[in-house]
Amino acid sequence: MGEFLQVTEQCSGQSFRCKAGQSVLKAMEQQGLKCVPVGCRGGGCGFCKVTVLSGDYSCGKMSRVHVPPEALAQGQVLACRIYPLTDLIIECRPQQPAAGHMNEHTTTKAMR
Amino acid sequence: MKKGVMRPGHVQIRVLDMDEAVKHYKDLLGLVEMDRDDQGRVYLKGWTEVDKFSVVLRQADEPGMDFMGFKCLSEEVVDQLRGELVEFGCEVEDIPEGELKDCGRRVRFIAPTGHAFEIFATKKQTGKWGVGNHNPEAWPMGLEGMKATRFDHCLLYGPNLDETLDLFRDVLGFELAEQVIAPDGKRVAQFLTASMKAHDVAFIHHEEPAKFHHASFFLETWQDVLKAADLLSMTDTSIDIGPTRHGLTHGQTIYFFDPSGNRNEVFAGGDYHYPDHEPVTWDAEELGKAIFYHDRALNERFLSVLT
Ligand code: FES
Ligand SMILES: [Fe+2]
Repeated sequence: MGEFLQVTEQCSGQSFRCKAGQSVLKAMEQQGLKCVPVGCRGGGCGFCKVTVLSGDYSCGKMSRVHVPPEALAQGQVLACRIYPLTDLIIECRPQQPAAGHMNEHTTTKAMR
Repeated sequence: MKKGVMRPGHVQIRVLDMDEAVKHYKDLLGLVEMDRDDQGRVYLKGWTEVDKFSVVLRQADEPGMDFMGFKCLSEEVVDQLRGELVEFGCEVEDIPEGELKDCGRRVRFIAPTGHAFEIFATKKQTGKWGVGNHNPEAWPMGLEGMKATRFDHCLLYGPNLDETLDLFRDVLGFELAEQVIAPDGKRVAQFLTASMKAHDVAFIHHEEPAKFHHASFFLETWQDVLKAADLLSMTDTSIDIGPTRHGLTHGQTIYFFDPSGNRNEVFAGGDYHYPDHEPVTWDAEELGKAIFYHDRALNERFLSVLT
């Protein structure tokens, strides 16, 4: 009980404490910081995308569109779905909301 | 002009984790689980709905909406509209009876916004859950959470709103109940109805096609919306905004997210629409007030957080 891990966001220089088992995004919100944009908080919208520069963490389920396997391997993950195991340094580049990947996923077709 | 499309019949929603999703839609929203199929899909509905199901959850690695289906008056209507959809230039796909359990054949098409829609006429009717239609009591015992009464509408984001209005109005007989117009005259939001409801489906302009903004469920009163907010806090569920009122449709509302990041709404009240009503128009400059009547400002999430 009472184990806190330190998460530092590199672009803003802001740093906050995260309880073991708590998501990075939730810890940030609880401490009133805004260095990572908050969207759905459910791994679905991609709003809270960050790159983990150092440290270990476990992951919950994340939308494959926003975190394809290649990205995951490079530590590009969703802050609402990562749970630190050690202190973390993350980076959240100020981003334009995703209008870029327009034709990537017309998933509607194949499915029923 | 009405052409035999009655109401939203179902929506199939992709979720990342089925157990978490079922807990959310059943225990929190208060939908009733009606069935499951061999693909692992879970079928639910609001207790006032007479058809067997209206919400289908499918586990996938990307959340969002698979399709939304509208129920028509008869199989003849479906045949007629199928022909007109093809004439309009839609790619249509015939989905055989039974692909959704206890549902007849469906005709699927892709709207110019990129979303998949279906029309169908046959689905098993199990009646209002827990009360039936013979000397029915006011409401059934044993409902959970928000006690959502019915699946009401979806709001979807995508391009080509004009073509999509042509399709829904001219081919399917929907009416334009409400709209938002940009200073250059371009329609950036359209609320369409096949009934007297303020909207059965709504679209907001967005460059990326086929995005899902929310599925909405009807509650009886403003008090129920406040209690829904209580339940969201009790269960530490991700809230988007509310409780508040919309300018558009004037419904009393709260937005929140399911565990996969799909947005849900529960709402009460709201305007109604008759075929002789002119569309209600909002200027895009007033968009803040149109969306959130009390805050009179948009939160960025409303425009950009989608699945
Ligand atoms: S906030 Fe939506 S994916 Fe993290
Ligand atoms: Fe809505």
